[in-house]
Amino acid sequence: MTISPIDRAAAGTPHGVARRIRGLSDRTIAWIFVAPTIFLLLAVNIFPLIWTIRLSFTDYRVNRPNNEVSWVGLRNYERILSDPAIWDTMQATAHFLIWTIILQVLIGFTLAYLINMKFKGNDLWTTIIVFPMMLSPAVVGNFWTFLYQPQIGLFNYVVAFFTGADAASFSMIGDVHLAPWAIIIVDTWMWTPFVMLICLAGLRSIPDSIYEAAECDRASKWRQFWTITVPMALPFLMLAVLFRGIENFKMFDLVVQLTGGGPGNTTTLTSIDLKREAFERWRTGYSSAYAVILFVTVFGLASIYVKALNKVKQR
Amino acid sequence: MSFSVTEPRMGTKWLAGILVVGYAIITMVPLLWIIATGFKSPNDSIAYPPVILFEPTMEGYVNLFTDRTRATPQMLKDAGPPETWYDEIAQNRGTVITGPSRYGERFLNSVIIGFGSTALCMILGTAAAYAFSRFRVPLKDDLMFFILSTRMMPPIAVAIPIFLMFRNLGLSDTHLGMILLYTAVNLSLSVWLLKGFIDEIPVEYEEAALIDGYTRFQAFYKIVLPQAATGIASTAIFCLIFAWNEYAFAVLLTSGNAQTAPPFIPTIIGTSGKDWPAVAAGATIFLIPVMVFTILLRKHLLRGITFGAVRK
Repeated sequence: MTISPIDRAAAGTPHGVARRIRGLSDRTIAWIFVAPTIFLLLAVNIFPLIWTIRLSFTDYRVNRPNNEVSWVGLRNYERILSDPAIWDTMQATAHFLIWTIILQVLIGFTLAYLINMKFKGNDLWTTIIVFPMMLSPAVVGNFWTFLYQPQIGLFNYVVAFFTGADAASFSMIGDVHLAPWAIIIVDTWMWTPFVMLICLAGLRSIPDSIYEAAECDRASKWRQFWTITVPMALPFLMLAVLFRGIENFKMFDLVVQLTGGGPGNTTTLTSIDLKREAFERWRTGYSSAYAVILFVTVFGLASIYVKALNKVKQR
Repeated sequence: MSFSVTEPRMGTKWLAGILVVGYAIITMVPLLWIIATGFKSPNDSIAYPPVILFEPTMEGYVNLFTDRTRATPQMLKDAGPPETWYDEIAQNRGTVITGPSRYGERFLNSVIIGFGSTALCMILGTAAAYAFSRFRVPLKDDLMFFILSTRMMPPIAVAIPIFLMFRNLGLSDTHLGMILLYTAVNLSLSVWLLKGFIDEIPVEYEEAALIDGYTRFQAFYKIVLPQAATGIASTAIFCLIFAWNEYAFAVLLTSGNAQTAPPFIPTIIGTSGKDWPAVAAGATIFLIPVMVFTILLRKHLLRGITFGAVRK
């Protein structure tokens, strides 16, 4: 039987002495170390959240501090859920969410698959591809409006060059049909590297021996791809989708700079709509209820998704 | 030379390489275009077809850093010959420089708030991560999940009460307010990442130190901190980049005094319409540091963006 050195040392010194040598007890140190973090998070995250929930049952307006605030019960929630305009924003958000995820998964996985062939210099090119996602979405989004200018923009020029259409004949951010795609294109440009990096980690985690075994069994490359590569990379892919889903559900900075929610309400995602209600129309109580609904939605969807993810992982 | 059945053929590798390099070049075009536009004259920046070869000028940068006013011929005559190269550029456009623009201040705000919040976040985050990694903290998993869940909230949703709270505490539009806010937002990332890094350091080192008579605190800063240095550094860079890029809180909670660069850069306008070279110049100066950091971080990128969920 072996006794760990610590036990031996502890057994050798009387209790009081050990305490003086070691200083504070581990338990105290643990609390000293954790408490500031928890305190700050409570103050800046949880306290505001509780305040939001409280405000959501009132008709408080920040810009009219002298008005008497009254409790309105669930009326804010009723009004939001029965407002057709909100469902339009939800639809715009869903359209944005679904298409960015589809495009980013397809392009990101393909890139990861290609990079995983380990051609010369793949590290360098991976780093270059990653650049867009590290940059400020607001600053970059603002510059994309320049690329999207109908007469002078580089994007329109390139499209015109390849399709033969007139570069001045279409406006990506001014046209109700094109604007939803304009934001999808920029988001895909920015965040495909994110999906790519996670997929790459997934592909690299598959041991060569599995492919070697498949090769011995004369499985075709096509078959290997669908029965080994895809299932084994799936948990990683799903994780990437989770992150992108949460991020794009919250999407604000990039789109507000690109289109500001327009033209009309075609690119008014929920966060942009919420910002208008809260900080332009100053309907604080109403927008608090809106915020609670959004939070419950993202939290609920994320929890269901994580359950599914864990099932896939266990398989 | 070893031969492996799993190794792709030479031709396949070449094809993969060409496709990836092609994508990388396309994806860099908008960024290169930002850098190039910063050195274009206003006419070159809006030329059609877009010009790739042009005569570089510093006009965009001069316009970015100065306020100018349109000058009458008399005023130009009074001003005399230009004293500096930037006066000359301004006078060639029939304007005189009236003073520095706000960009310098805004950039400095970004630096102060970015570094301030990162420093605070690392101090709090390292301590909490160490405790979560080494001690039996009651409700540890719940606390860790709580820390993570704070990241799921849309910033606008929390911004309403924070706006009210800051107004009551006199923190609106102050550096301190923004530093505290960004610290809180970044704590989830730093605690999760750092816990992962500290978990990887063998406990035996500290046990040995404790036997040699170190206190817990000494063991923490003489043994664990040096071992976790790379992890701490890369976590710090991630926090810095987040604070640097943040827009939603900055645009809602700051207006003048503590406004950072991201809400400011899109508002840069020239004397006649949008001054794209100046915007591009501002963006270039703002984006280049992040690109440098990205290169430094490349080994830990994956870990950082997934909150430590995926490790290479």
